[in-house]
Amino acid sequence: MPNKTFFWFFLPTGLAMILFIGLPIISTGIQSFYAQHDQVVKEVKKCDPFGCTVSIVVDNEETSKIREAKPLGKFNGFGTYTDRNHLAVDEIKKFWNETESFGAFVDQVTNLPFYKALIFTLTYCLFVTPNVLLLGFIIALSLNAVARKIRGPLIFGTILPMIVTPLVGSLVLFWMIDSQGIIGANIQNLMNDPYLSLKSSKTLTWITIIIYGIWHHSPFAFVVFYAALQTVPQEPIEAAIIDGATRFQRIKHIVLPHIYPVVTFVALISLMDNFRVFEPIIGFSAEGSAQSLSWLIYDNLVNEEVILFGSAAATSMMTIIGIAILLAPVLIRTWKEFKTAR
Amino acid sequence: MRKILVTLLFLLFGTSAFADCNIKSGSINILANDFPALRTFVETSKQCKGSADFKVTHSSEHNKIAVPALTANPSEFSARIAANSSIVPLMNQDLIRPLDDLVKKYGKGIQDSQLITIDGKVMAVAFMANTQHLYYREDVLKDLGIAIPKTYEEVVAASEKIRASGKMQYPYAAAYKAGWNLAEEFVNMFIGHGGEFFKSGSAEPNINNAKGVATLNMLKKLSELSNPDYLTHDSEAIKVEWESGNVALMTLWASRSGTLLDDEGDPNITKATKLTGPATVGGGNIPAATLWWDGFTLAKNRPDADAEATFRALAHAASNKKMVADAADQAVWLVEGFVPGPKSIGVIEAVKMGAKPYPMLPQMGLMHGALGSEIVEFLQGKESAEQALKDVEAAYISKAKEQGFL
Repeated sequence: MPNKTFFWFFLPTGLAMILFIGLPIISTGIQSFYAQHDQVVKEVKKCDPFGCTVSIVVDNEETSKIREAKPLGKFNGFGTYTDRNHLAVDEIKKFWNETESFGAFVDQVTNLPFYKALIFTLTYCLFVTPNVLLLGFIIALSLNAVARKIRGPLIFGTILPMIVTPLVGSLVLFWMIDSQGIIGANIQNLMNDPYLSLKSSKTLTWITIIIYGIWHHSPFAFVVFYAALQTVPQEPIEAAIIDGATRFQRIKHIVLPHIYPVVTFVALISLMDNFRVFEPIIGFSAEGSAQSLSWLIYDNLVNEEVILFGSAAATSMMTIIGIAILLAPVLIRTWKEFKTAR
Repeated sequence: MRKILVTLLFLLFGTSAFADCNIKSGSINILANDFPALRTFVETSKQCKGSADFKVTHSSEHNKIAVPALTANPSEFSARIAANSSIVPLMNQDLIRPLDDLVKKYGKGIQDSQLITIDGKVMAVAFMANTQHLYYREDVLKDLGIAIPKTYEEVVAASEKIRASGKMQYPYAAAYKAGWNLAEEFVNMFIGHGGEFFKSGSAEPNINNAKGVATLNMLKKLSELSNPDYLTHDSEAIKVEWESGNVALMTLWASRSGTLLDDEGDPNITKATKLTGPATVGGGNIPAATLWWDGFTLAKNRPDADAEATFRALAHAASNKKMVADAADQAVWLVEGFVPGPKSIGVIEAVKMGAKPYPMLPQMGLMHGALGSEIVEFLQGKESAEQALKDVEAAYISKAKEQGFL
């Protein structure tokens, strides 16, 4: 495609992307460097049906004056990024100096909210992404091998988890693993432990969410792989069969190399999606045991009566940076291949 | 013929009863939490909407939409039904208007005790009170010869006895869902221990002390007597547990008693469900509970005509003797003419025992938020009480600094 045609072709998309993705990110970035002005409070008498007390309120007249002068808030630089609820630079230094063993240091660090969330997010990515790729590929191969007549309904059944709204899917599983639900009660019986609860144990909650993640994301990998499998040329496979290659060898040496670019694509999308894991935490009411970076943003914005825009913006920016770091190896590789191909 | 006459008379009488409303213009849009008493309240105010436009949003997510919706100019809602805690963010952001003039002009039936005044200005009109208190199963306690618990220590002992008898595995329930609910239980228990959340006259936290540790230890003891999934249980979930007969002692909102004691569910359980005041803890004499009021506030960013129409409609409900008589079992109404019934025992006992109201402080929301996420690991047994309290204070301090309170 000539560059000029491409430009005009891409222009509407590009504009929409700048408007709806680029600008909001820039605005979030700016917001993350600001904190609220110092609150001007005053002591007043408050009366309610239960009696009167003297306590403090925010002095709105004074506050609105300061706000009008500087509507963005107080410039805080990287203050929000480095505070305890984010990168916790000072705390980590302190832990490093105070703790005696490396294990104790790690314990202290993983107790900080940002690192706690980061560890869950990374664990989730690390387990879900490869399993999604593997499971998706296996399903695609198996479905590719069954008779054409029953393929349609089977494919529909396989992509169901993707069609079900994430929140609904997780809620269904949430009720099943309840200590009185079908899975929860059976596990209690199996383990002969009436106190066993999938929801109260941190490890079991993590495992549940990861399994749910694999269940929910595999169909996407499957659909893409299945489409790619249709493009695998038959001649080399037939040749390999004549040469006596086993099924495994055929997949390893012919099918996989052929669909390799698609695998990279699915891995990329999957990683990005998984790094933003959010819905299952809400669906499973797992806030107590599992927090992800996206959940931290949500928590700052809605869970409290005071909205923490600075905190939420800082976590958002770090999530974007995190995704960029995760994707870097794959992107660099794709770029190199693109160059050598030319 | 006679019937028609009666109907006509009734209609005439009916319209004359609402004649003082007679709202000619303006538009009314109300944001409220979702429970039966509030629905009744809003429905009552709708009766006198006159020719004004009337809309209402009942949502349990009301806290999440209130501030953004009222910040817009003109704001989406003309009124917000708020409580002790949810009025604070509205005050902090200067989003609600003083009601003095409107009260003077249209608030004839409203009692002085219903007015929430801050710095001498009426900022809200309360119409019902709420608290969390004990519910017990009379049949279970009687069978085992257990007296009605008055303290949380007795609740623990009674629950242990019930468990030992083999009647129930998890005899106690309270809304311990990580987040707002769990933090609310901490607030109750901490106040029961005589704790103050902040050093006097400042926003410095003051929970990492002996009272805080005692609070956490009591919460842990109770959680061990609850269904192991307690960290995922909100008020609705424990209500279901109760109705399935799995629980014999429970701390729950007074406003939920209506649905707990209605005709749905097992009649034997409903019959044996009894209410009592909130328990005390640690030898203290004030209950480990907070008093709450629900009242209406009016948005600042809305034309005066809308505010006037909204106030008149809501004031009609907030002074409606018929409503409080008809819906006497839905809530403890603060409206004149309310005769407390058996379902109001909890709140009335709490007031008698000198329960404190939920602290209406500008920085309390941040403390509540920090508590909700940082004490979970202690309950799971992964952390010491001191460490958990230290984490709460540290999390609170970071947030308070960002918000400019420290």
